[in-house]
Amino acid sequence: MNNRSASKTVLASALAALTIAASSAALAARDHISIVGSSTVYPFTTVVAERFSRATQFKTPVVESTGTGGGMKLFCQGVGGNTADITGASRRIKQSELEMCHGNGVDVVEVQIGFDGIVLANAKTSKPFELSRKDIFLALAKDVPNPDGSETLVANPYKTWKDVNPTLPATKIEVLGPPPTSGTRDAFAELAMEGGCKKFDWIAAKKSSDKNAYKAICHNVREDGAYVEAGENDNLIVNKLVASPDALGIFGFSFLDQNADKVQGSVIEGQEPTFESIADNSYPVSRPLFVYVKKAHVEVVPGIKQFLAELTNERAWGEEGYLADKGMISLPDAKRREVASNVRKLNSLTNLAAK
Amino acid sequence: MTDLTQKQVRERIAARLASRHRKEKLFRGLGIASIAFGVLAVLVLFTDIISKGHSAFLQTDIQLEVTYDPAELGIDKIDEESLAWANFDGVIRASLRERFPDVSGRRDKRELYTLVSNGAGFELRKRLQDNPELLGKTETLWFNADDDVDTYIKSLSKSDDGFLGRTSEQKVVWVQALRESGELKKRFNTTFFTNGDSREPEQAGIRAALVGSLFTLLVTLVLSFPIGVAAAIYLEEFAPKNRWTDLIEVNINNLAAVPSIVFGLLGLAIFINFFEMPRSAPLVGGLVLTLMTLPTIIISSRASLKSVPPSIREAAMGMGASRMQVVLHHVLPLAMPGMLTGAIIGMAQALGETAPLLMIGMVAFIVDVPHGITDPSTVLPVQIFLWADSPERAFVERTSAAIMVLLAVLITMNTCAVWLRKKLERRW
Repeated sequence: MNNRSASKTVLASALAALTIAASSAALAARDHISIVGSSTVYPFTTVVAERFSRATQFKTPVVESTGTGGGMKLFCQGVGGNTADITGASRRIKQSELEMCHGNGVDVVEVQIGFDGIVLANAKTSKPFELSRKDIFLALAKDVPNPDGSETLVANPYKTWKDVNPTLPATKIEVLGPPPTSGTRDAFAELAMEGGCKKFDWIAAKKSSDKNAYKAICHNVREDGAYVEAGENDNLIVNKLVASPDALGIFGFSFLDQNADKVQGSVIEGQEPTFESIADNSYPVSRPLFVYVKKAHVEVVPGIKQFLAELTNERAWGEEGYLADKGMISLPDAKRREVASNVRKLNSLTNLAAK
Repeated sequence: MTDLTQKQVRERIAARLASRHRKEKLFRGLGIASIAFGVLAVLVLFTDIISKGHSAFLQTDIQLEVTYDPAELGIDKIDEESLAWANFDGVIRASLRERFPDVSGRRDKRELYTLVSNGAGFELRKRLQDNPELLGKTETLWFNADDDVDTYIKSLSKSDDGFLGRTSEQKVVWVQALRESGELKKRFNTTFFTNGDSREPEQAGIRAALVGSLFTLLVTLVLSFPIGVAAAIYLEEFAPKNRWTDLIEVNINNLAAVPSIVFGLLGLAIFINFFEMPRSAPLVGGLVLTLMTLPTIIISSRASLKSVPPSIREAAMGMGASRMQVVLHHVLPLAMPGMLTGAIIGMAQALGETAPLLMIGMVAFIVDVPHGITDPSTVLPVQIFLWADSPERAFVERTSAAIMVLLAVLITMNTCAVWLRKKLERRW
């Protein structure tokens, strides 16, 4: 027994020494692309990563889903092997983030890859909703304009959809959606709720006079139980909708596309969420998707150029490309050409005004 | 109490006997009920997972007659460069067109091409690379069907209509035609065990995650077991009992209860940002999980050292053994089964962790199977999480199938723990 345990110790210490030796080797340069960022862009960057590695000799890029904000933080940290090469974003980079990047010596190239629609869906077993953005705002905002018409705010008094708009059914307002950390929630607040909020002239007037108050009114979601935070997992929301036919859920268009047998998208301002209506911008709740590339890494990490070429290839982001199969909505032709030429030249983004 | 006759005693006992029996029964009943509850919960979990996941072990395949036509491929010889350029998708498409010659129109053809997985071209490339003599010849091969077709075929066995989803009516006609002629079959899904992750469900597998888990656990075991055992031996056998050792003991017990995400943050700050180790590597994952499992191993090792009777130590001392000899020759071998059990339970715990790995970049899309502890990789529970979050319907069954694999690994590990204990255990 004692001999055996002694040899065990020797084996263990040998293995430990190996581990330490290997760790110093690992500090050498990285040979795979590292991508971080939005969970909305993740399904698209991963497909491109996979295709790219199969078609070329490069290693498959490692794609992490960190959320837009988290991705920006990792991406803008600096230049070097331990920082990400590319980050995905389900909104445009913020001025503050761009400044953080520049402050750390990071030059970024902006690539808009397409659009994503956000849908409000309910179970197929109930009737589809026909909503306006104003209905959405009134049903979900924390404080709403006083129903008596005066220019004051009251805590949201609406209990059923019929209270919001007499043409809607008399079912309880119950909306399942993502938590505040999610980019989908940001986009929903900005596009759907703010879109409805602006319809009140006196609130819209606040935008120039008191921007913070305006944002608080338009973006704050009610917390009295009518809006249920259902987590980041969109599949979970789809399953919950099937179980409770009166509820509505908020998620990305690709989940509607995949679960068309279970849920249906609500018509918003007369527009059904479809590929066509989102691409031609007639469906009001859609947002742009971006990836940002670290210019300093393009020549250092092998394959970034080829990866970008694959991403901006018609077979990927074109109207009939494989990204469209995954539920992304393509940019218009002219915009695609413009972005692609920008990417080839690696023009870096200096300030946000030049859109 | 003093002058009770035997008869009186018997009467008194008889009077309370019924109530004592009742209590006894109730007590046992409660025990059985709690076990039954546990068994029921496990049964529900297993039925749910198995009923959802079993179908992932079968994959719908489509038989096609492919011609390695040099003109269609656009190459005239086989070498690295021409293989990279060759149009293998074109060959697949040509054979699909040949199978359904009536299909015309751009839209319909596009629809037709989506019958087979878009990985088919890569499979063909590999085949030609391995068998260059096939150029210009024709052969019949099975290819994975697209995940939409696969989901449709599998849903047919549950209801008559089946789940159409994104499958068009036209495609259903083609699929039925293939099915009737035997060119479409459900076969065992080897891809699931040989491939890494993929965004196409029919090409996705758990190999990369499984290997990543093994590498991570290897690092964890190699580090945490010797360190944990050494710490336990010192604390139990050598350390003086004073305020310092008390403080250390309290801290170890505390660490065992710290939420695992904290270890992830620590790993990010120390191993990645300070020591500049690579992100997403099993090495860093293993180090973080070592920190997490150390307290468990130390506590269980100390408990098993304590359970070795002092008479053994005293006898060895009496024979003139040094303290180190006492520990290494007598106490450690006797305490080993308990230590191993603790280590295996700690490993099983580490195998199921995702939270600490989030911060160090192991929650990632990994296609390539890792070849060492510094290659980017992910682990099984993370793979399950990523699939559960994917929009494609076919990932639902793969999620459950991956859970089944994880459970199988866990059951194996725990069985090992029980077996080791039985084998090495000594009773006095």
